[in-house]
Amino acid sequence: MKEYPADEASREEVEIRSSGDVVKARQAVRVLAQQAGLSLVNQTKLVTAASELGRNTLIYGGGGTARAVIVRDVARVGVWVSFSDTGPGIPDIEQALTDGWTSGSGMGLGLSGARRLVDEFELDSAPGAGTTVTVLKWAR
Amino acid sequence: MSDRVPVLKIGDILLVSIQVDLEDQMVLDLQDDLSQQIVATGARGVVIDISALEIVDSFVGRMLATTAAISRVLGAETVVVGMRPAVAMTLVELGLSLGGVRTALNLELGLGYLRRAQDTPPARR
Ligand SMILES: Nc1ncnc2c1ncn2[C@@H]1O[C@H](COP(=O)(O)OP(=O)(O)OP(=O)(O)O)[C@@H](O)[C@H]1O
Ligand SMILES: [Mg+2]
Repeated sequence: MKEYPADEASREEVEIRSSGDVVKARQAVRVLAQQAGLSLVNQTKLVTAASELGRNTLIYGGGGTARAVIVRDVARVGVWVSFSDTGPGIPDIEQALTDGWTSGSGMGLGLSGARRLVDEFELDSAPGAGTTVTVLKWAR
Repeated sequence: MSDRVPVLKIGDILLVSIQVDLEDQMVLDLQDDLSQQIVATGARGVVIDISALEIVDSFVGRMLATTAAISRVLGAETVVVGMRPAVAMTLVELGLSLGGVRTALNLELGLGYLRRAQDTPPARR
């Protein structure tokens, strides 16, 4: 994903160790989405994506870190969010991004659905090297 | 941590109004509580009011679908009421259609639906 200038004062970081932390992370994302002026629908989409990704970080990654910051492009403002863990990683990324594919008991909608809900999406993962998912939603 | 969403009994209907941002464990507890309460009270209908919910993700969506299925098996009809428009748009894009979950715009319409469903003898439905 391209790097955009960040509004450093807005930066948020939440350690994800429990499902309560997932709630904290999505609340932090909601606050930034409001500050960045995202429409209500776009706020809802971004926060829902963050909820999916945060749960994956907790369940499959064994916990990790959520980071969020307001970013600016030439004429637009957006919210950048990332979830990182040092868990087992994803062996087959394409499979993991397929609607309905789950290695557990989920519906396999988290990753593929989150990708649809945001404007930019990047998944970095390798077996044994952990997983980082980065998303961005612009205000428009 | 161990907060639970209250389940209210009104006649033969169980009413749940979700007022807080739910942790996953609370979602699972609610599903358990509802199943047990349906059996304990012989309720014929369940109304789940989600008008205060700012998001419904796949976890909560799955709970709604599962609860509707369980309650049907236990002889009660479930109606989910008050979904915000932004939540509905997001759910569909996420890929969750909630097929099999009866929904109504608000509490009044949801209760009306349950009343009519109960007035109709099963044979004619
Ligand atoms: N952070 C992660 N670390 C390791 N594996 C992951 C991670 N995130 C996702 N995965 C893998 O990708 C699969 C697909 O994830 P996705 O979120 O789409 O579905 P799910 O979590 O299984 O179900 P749902 O999110 O619908 O409840 C998971 O089953 C898991 O195997
Ligand atoms: Mg998931």
